[in-house]
Amino acid sequence: MDSPRILPCGDSALSVEFGKTIDPLINQKVQILYKRIKADPPPGLIDLIPTYRSLLIQYDPLKLSFETLKQRVFSFVGLPEGRADIGGRKMEIPVCYGKEFGPDLEEVASLHQMTVDEVISLHTASTYQVYLIGFTPGFPYMGGLDERLFTPRKTTPRESVPAGTVGIAGQQTGIYPLESPGGWQLIGRTPVRIFDLTKADPFYLRPGDQVTFKAISEQEFENY
Amino acid sequence: MKTIRIINPGPLTTIQDRGRYGFQDRGVPVSGAMDQWAYRLGNLLVGNRGNEAALEITLGGFKAEFLTDTCFCLCGPEQEVRLNNQIISTWAAHQAVSGDVLSLDYGRKGVRWYLALAGGVEVPLVMGSRSTYLRGGFGGLEGRPLRKGDELTVGRPKGSRLLTAIPKELIPDYSPEPILRVVLGPQDEAISPEGLATFFSSRYSVSQRSDRMGCLLDGPIIQHKEGPDIISDATAFGSIQVPGSGQPIILMADRQTVGGYVKIATVISVDLPLAAQVLPGYRIHFKEIGLQEAQDLLGEQEKRLVDILGK
Repeated sequence: MDSPRILPCGDSALSVEFGKTIDPLINQKVQILYKRIKADPPPGLIDLIPTYRSLLIQYDPLKLSFETLKQRVFSFVGLPEGRADIGGRKMEIPVCYGKEFGPDLEEVASLHQMTVDEVISLHTASTYQVYLIGFTPGFPYMGGLDERLFTPRKTTPRESVPAGTVGIAGQQTGIYPLESPGGWQLIGRTPVRIFDLTKADPFYLRPGDQVTFKAISEQEFENY
Repeated sequence: MKTIRIINPGPLTTIQDRGRYGFQDRGVPVSGAMDQWAYRLGNLLVGNRGNEAALEITLGGFKAEFLTDTCFCLCGPEQEVRLNNQIISTWAAHQAVSGDVLSLDYGRKGVRWYLALAGGVEVPLVMGSRSTYLRGGFGGLEGRPLRKGDELTVGRPKGSRLLTAIPKELIPDYSPEPILRVVLGPQDEAISPEGLATFFSSRYSVSQRSDRMGCLLDGPIIQHKEGPDIISDATAFGSIQVPGSGQPIILMADRQTVGGYVKIATVISVDLPLAAQVLPGYRIHFKEIGLQEAQDLLGEQEKRLVDILGK
């Protein structure tokens, strides 16, 4: 494995940068390092933020020196990939496509000269990797979209997108966990609460999870 | 039993603690006190042991009535604070009796003051923290700013107080136009040499649009080499983003966990409280220092505190 770059982000954080592109293999390296450090955190570790291509490590420099942390990172990166490193949880998420649940579905279909059903079958056929969670609490940025569905963002973002809405932007698909503004193409909605503060773990997804979508009817959505 | 009733919250008063850690990997901002040093020393003064919640009062104009006898203190830039009609000192513990009224003028020497109460403000923990995250609408009191008439309770005071007042050498020098020391990176290589020279030789004034998420600055444009966009990357407290406008933004307590703009440098920990206290219209100057020096400064600050507590 190529050595990542270690970049200081002030006196209490460093970034481990594996590359500068969106690439499943680069993201996998980020995920593996994130899991290894999370499973065996050195004293003085404060928090971790995995992204597409880098892992930010926040630390207390009074308890953990930059050099010690750097050596620790390199020792983890050098390890061969083990069984615990491969893949995340497999999550199946039900989605009601189209109509008011996915107001852009027909536009996406006509843009790609397909039927609405073809868009749905392509979107439910792939397995998506959660590359990173950000933007709003719990928002998963997922890669693995069939390239026939690559679609630019809307030119004018919507002021309000309902919670649970599934969208496409560029090469990615994602789910809005909270009602928020948004510029993604909206193709459906899940009844699953992606961010639910009433739960002990409010987050339905984690970085590294493998996600598939299952089409459900309006009836199934209402009864979920 | 209720401890304090808000008579006037001023422009913005929220409940904050050390911050919400452990959930940034799920997109949850840290939040917490903008001036962590004033917040932390405030807790020490009232005998709290660590992460207890305090009130963050923005710009002043605050008034509240004590409903029980309570030990409290106010920490922040120089400010006229009154208990009933008597002026009291900041950075010192005071004992209020039921019916006493605490009031703060509008401050002219800074932005944020911390009202620490013995036992800490009791609100439910959300993901391990009592900090208010306004954009997400959670934490603190119902995820919102405090309003007139809100009544708050405190937890049981924990222990004896180690200090009754903070010695001068531990109070930050809240200059209205501070020099903020920074460590370069992580994307300084995306800034042109002229851009770096501009950043360090200019003064940047704090915009009215600044908030708990970011300190927006106006001044000479910082040139990128090839543009402002990067593949979204994580942020830290004090990261300085340079978006397409070339006007820097210091990311503060409510910062988004990831961002897609180049980050030229990061404000060092001991200077972050100064960044949190600059009033709109006042100017900031940046100075580069090395990573080791920044960490040494933090270590020296901690040692000064430990030495005083040890006495």
